[in-house]
Amino acid sequence: MALAENTNADKGQRGFGGHVLYVLSENPITAVAFGLFALIVIVAILGPLITPYDPLESNAARALQPPNADHWFGTDSVGRDVFSRVIIATRLDMMISVAAVALSFVVGSIVGSIAGYWGGWMDAVTGRFVDTIMAFPLFVLAMGIVAAMGNTVENIIYATAIINLPFYARVARAEVRIRREAGFAQAARLAGNTDIQVLALHIFPNALPPMMVQISLNMGWAILNAAGLSFIGLGVRPPTAEWGIMVAEGANFVVSGEWWLAFFPGLALMIAVFAFNLLGDGLRDIVDPRQRT
Amino acid sequence: MFLDVENLNVTFKTRRGLVSAVRDVSFTVEKGETLGIVGESGSGKSVSSYAIMRILDRNGRIANGRVSFDGMDLTAFSSREMRELRGREISMVFQNPRAALNPIRKVGHQIEDVLRRHARATKYTARKEAIKALEAVRISDPEKRYDAYPFELSGGMCQRIVIAIALACDPRLLIADEPTTGLDVTTQKVVMDLLAELTTRRGMSSILITHDLGLAAEYCDRIVVMKDGEIVEQGKPDALFARPANVYTRRLISATPRPGAEIGDLVDPPVASPPRPELGAPLLQVKKLCKVFGHGDDAVTAVDDISFDIREGETLGLVGESGCGKSTTSSMIMRLMDPTSGEILLDGKPMTDVPAAKFAREPRRASLQMVFQDATDSINPRFTARQAIADPIRRLTDESPKGRVEELATQVGLPLTLLDRFPHQLSGGQKARVGIARALASRPKLLILDEPTAALDVSIQAVVLNLLAELRASLGVSYLFVSHDLHVVRLLCDRIIVMRKGRIVEEGVTASIMDNPTDDYTKTLLAATPMAPSAERDGADTAMQVERAIAE
Amino acid sequence: MNPRTKLILFRVLQAIPALAGVILVSFILTRMLPGDPAAYFAGPAATPESIAEIRAAMGLDRSLPVQFLHYVLDLFSGDLGNSLSTGQPVLEELARRLPASLELTFTALLLSCGIALPLGIAAAVNQGSWIDHVCRAVVTAGVSLPTFFTGIVLVYVFYYLLGWAPSPLGRLDFVYLSPPDVTGFYVIDALLDGDMETAWGAARQLILPATTLALFTLAPLARMARASMLQALSSDYIRTARAAGLREGQVIFGYAFQNAMLPVVTTLGMVFSFMLGANVLVEKVFAWPGIGSYAVEALVVSDYAAVQGFVLAMAILFVLLNLVIDILYTVVDPRTREG
Repeated sequence: MALAENTNADKGQRGFGGHVLYVLSENPITAVAFGLFALIVIVAILGPLITPYDPLESNAARALQPPNADHWFGTDSVGRDVFSRVIIATRLDMMISVAAVALSFVVGSIVGSIAGYWGGWMDAVTGRFVDTIMAFPLFVLAMGIVAAMGNTVENIIYATAIINLPFYARVARAEVRIRREAGFAQAARLAGNTDIQVLALHIFPNALPPMMVQISLNMGWAILNAAGLSFIGLGVRPPTAEWGIMVAEGANFVVSGEWWLAFFPGLALMIAVFAFNLLGDGLRDIVDPRQRT
Repeated sequence: MFLDVENLNVTFKTRRGLVSAVRDVSFTVEKGETLGIVGESGSGKSVSSYAIMRILDRNGRIANGRVSFDGMDLTAFSSREMRELRGREISMVFQNPRAALNPIRKVGHQIEDVLRRHARATKYTARKEAIKALEAVRISDPEKRYDAYPFELSGGMCQRIVIAIALACDPRLLIADEPTTGLDVTTQKVVMDLLAELTTRRGMSSILITHDLGLAAEYCDRIVVMKDGEIVEQGKPDALFARPANVYTRRLISATPRPGAEIGDLVDPPVASPPRPELGAPLLQVKKLCKVFGHGDDAVTAVDDISFDIREGETLGLVGESGCGKSTTSSMIMRLMDPTSGEILLDGKPMTDVPAAKFAREPRRASLQMVFQDATDSINPRFTARQAIADPIRRLTDESPKGRVEELATQVGLPLTLLDRFPHQLSGGQKARVGIARALASRPKLLILDEPTAALDVSIQAVVLNLLAELRASLGVSYLFVSHDLHVVRLLCDRIIVMRKGRIVEEGVTASIMDNPTDDYTKTLLAATPMAPSAERDGADTAMQVERAIAE
Repeated sequence: MNPRTKLILFRVLQAIPALAGVILVSFILTRMLPGDPAAYFAGPAATPESIAEIRAAMGLDRSLPVQFLHYVLDLFSGDLGNSLSTGQPVLEELARRLPASLELTFTALLLSCGIALPLGIAAAVNQGSWIDHVCRAVVTAGVSLPTFFTGIVLVYVFYYLLGWAPSPLGRLDFVYLSPPDVTGFYVIDALLDGDMETAWGAARQLILPATTLALFTLAPLARMARASMLQALSSDYIRTARAAGLREGQVIFGYAFQNAMLPVVTTLGMVFSFMLGANVLVEKVFAWPGIGSYAVEALVVSDYAAVQGFVLAMAILFVLLNLVIDILYTVVDPRTREG
């Protein structure tokens, strides 16, 4: 299309907040994702304050009640309120995935950026390291790590962080490599930026948008991972409320028709992962300045 | 009339509503004639040809108008009928030839596909016919090349394959959409001569779409000039160049570098060319510079023992095609890369004592700056224009960025209101100005201009070249102007060096190189660069027309 | 030796460092544990004497490099240790259970590819149509589905509510006898034996778990198929093919599809990684007697040797699968043949 000398001369500049609102209004699905995400964060933060019952309080008389007015999600085999447990579990699952993803993002981007920018032996060594992790089926590796290091929540976080590291390292490396010889990187060197300044101030911020998508998708996957590990008995122990372990406990009752024990935690899990996946695309639109009109 | 386009209107559905790409365009092509459609980017020249072939994008459609080919109304044809027609009666050749071929299919088979589709060969005769098609486009060793994949062939060879596919079924009309963009100048001439010969010999009509007025003038019988989706003027090349009727045409012709024109003549209306600065002592001295990549058997010598000087106030042109080593040379002079051997002296002092990796912190960093080819790529997408220009000011000078940024913007003719925009909100010409402002921020003594106008429309190029000339006059800065376009180099440079395969093959004062080249390669380069006609009748043009008349 | 064979050999050689890395990591996981590795391997119910025995047997008093050497030598002689709960060599148990997992995984893979690839391609070819919307919905929803949850939901709907599926208790209902062992795949073996009833019984048990596993990998495959087909269709060479008047069928299937499949093949590696992990979860839900459920049972009783043996076995399987994919890619893409 025609390159007029005054492109977009008439449109005003938007600030950052205005840009966020613009993206949300253009893309209702992103807005929904943001809404869900906000809801999940609020539930995680408020946690114990909004549970109608004590999540750990058992009451044999009310065991295995289907959803009703008193117990919106029903009760489990020892009479605990499923709704309260699902609410409380939000906090734990969020904490695990946020910690794991943050850890792998920080370590992975640093490792990947260094490998992508300087190449040479640094690239070879880190490449070997990342490839070795990727040589395992990742969930299986997480199982092995938790089994080796001990069955605790901290180790779930470390294991999840380790298996997610390769994604960030690879994306960071690829994005940095593409931009390493770009005109603006060379111009930055000409302007007196040292190599580290070029990498940190010029290249990496431009590599951020694709990594944002990665982060959000990874959050979803990290939650699934953590839940999966607890489903097979690793990490979290009863009577802790966590979505994966609740599904595991509830699975035994599905064949006899008591569906609500497993259904609601599983549904919560699905919604959380869904929200994070949709969020990824929205985040990219916000962070990428090319989307700013 | 062989091809008759009447009141063609093409619209595209975009997020911002219906956009009209081609408006009321009418032109004809006679049998055996070559028509040139010339325009800058966004003029609608390619879209018109896509409309003729009915290969528009999903969201484009012919809103109005008629295209008739040999009496048949193409706009009324069904998809099936058009598919019969394409490749058999009307063919098209595109730019970027390697991407235009299926990367995982042998080129010979791709030609066979077209032959068999239009029943010009059977399963048994296809290979023979395909090889004949390869011979027609003068591919060396056609039997062997038949089994090649596109990635194994050079750009020029790929374009020959694309032409072979297009001409395999002997179409009567060939549309060539920027067929030589991206190819080296020498390859460009070979491809254009091939196309011209084949179309003449077979009596084909053809349409050549290009942004290069010189190219159109050399190869076309008639020219149509388009701007913003409309035709502004049509006519024979000589008449058009001698007496352009339309303002835009006049501007385009002025902007096309041609013999006898000075920099100031490129803009419309012409201005006085800025004076050339006085020449002083040698500023940059390059002695026996070498760069070798890799080791042992895989070693590639990119720059092989070159030496030259640039004096204060001088503009040296560095000319060569891709792979000649000019980018590597620029990088070494800019101290972005260390040479394998040799010396680089600035003001008599060696520059290679500090390695490239540590040069950023050197005070001498400020003296050497560069303007890059593709302004889109060379400005950080996350920086505003102001931030991009301020970065070197902050790091290399003691001045306060605010005042200096605005001073520089004014110097390069960039409106101050544009300073807070991001690169994707600026036009090509505006980005070029930002790049120049940024390069001048640290008051460098030597500026390397690496094909600074190659990505710009020709009218914008004219403006930027004038700007560069003015700046050099007022600031007294020396330029190393790197380019593949000899005509542009001639306008700006005092002296020229020609590089090929890492070596300097010729060097001298501009006038003597352009008028009396001694080296064969320089001569080939000069001959290959398409020449826009000057006011007098060009002898070469007449000769071509006579040839064509004989062939008919 | 022709260049293609050389390239394949090269790929095989490239798999060796991966194997080495895997073995090294396994060694680290088994030996460099906080606390006393011997106690882990001896199990929670061990006496101090048995722990000391195991320590000597494992050579834990030697230096690390020597231990590693022994570890590797044991590996090559097929010794992965002995299971705590059964006392049997881990390798034997894994080998016995492997066919069940493979049958499940391959069936799921076939199902998954069979749906995802046509769906993704149809969505790309018919952009904006209902197929495109279905594909996008499937992809968006699919990446959010927890495998174990879908499995449970399917059991609830198809077994409890509708009664169509058999009870999720393993490979074969107890009324049937397992067919004579040829491939280890019950459905195939039963068919080879001519026993249609058993074949059908085995197939019925296979449907739900295979579907659960397939659902998990459907989304990434469909997404990649659609994306790469879209990219292929918008390429310059497709424009050339259309401009030359080639028939739509040839353009789509001859030119676009073949190019589009290349990135899909590389995605398969990723898909396998997810699949082998999800396998563990599906086997637990459906009580499928494969190596995944073996590992889960071992975890519960802290049968350490069994868990580590499983991890190593899975990793080796994965490296081999990736090797096959690499070789497949080399054969299919002519650009890689030059090395």
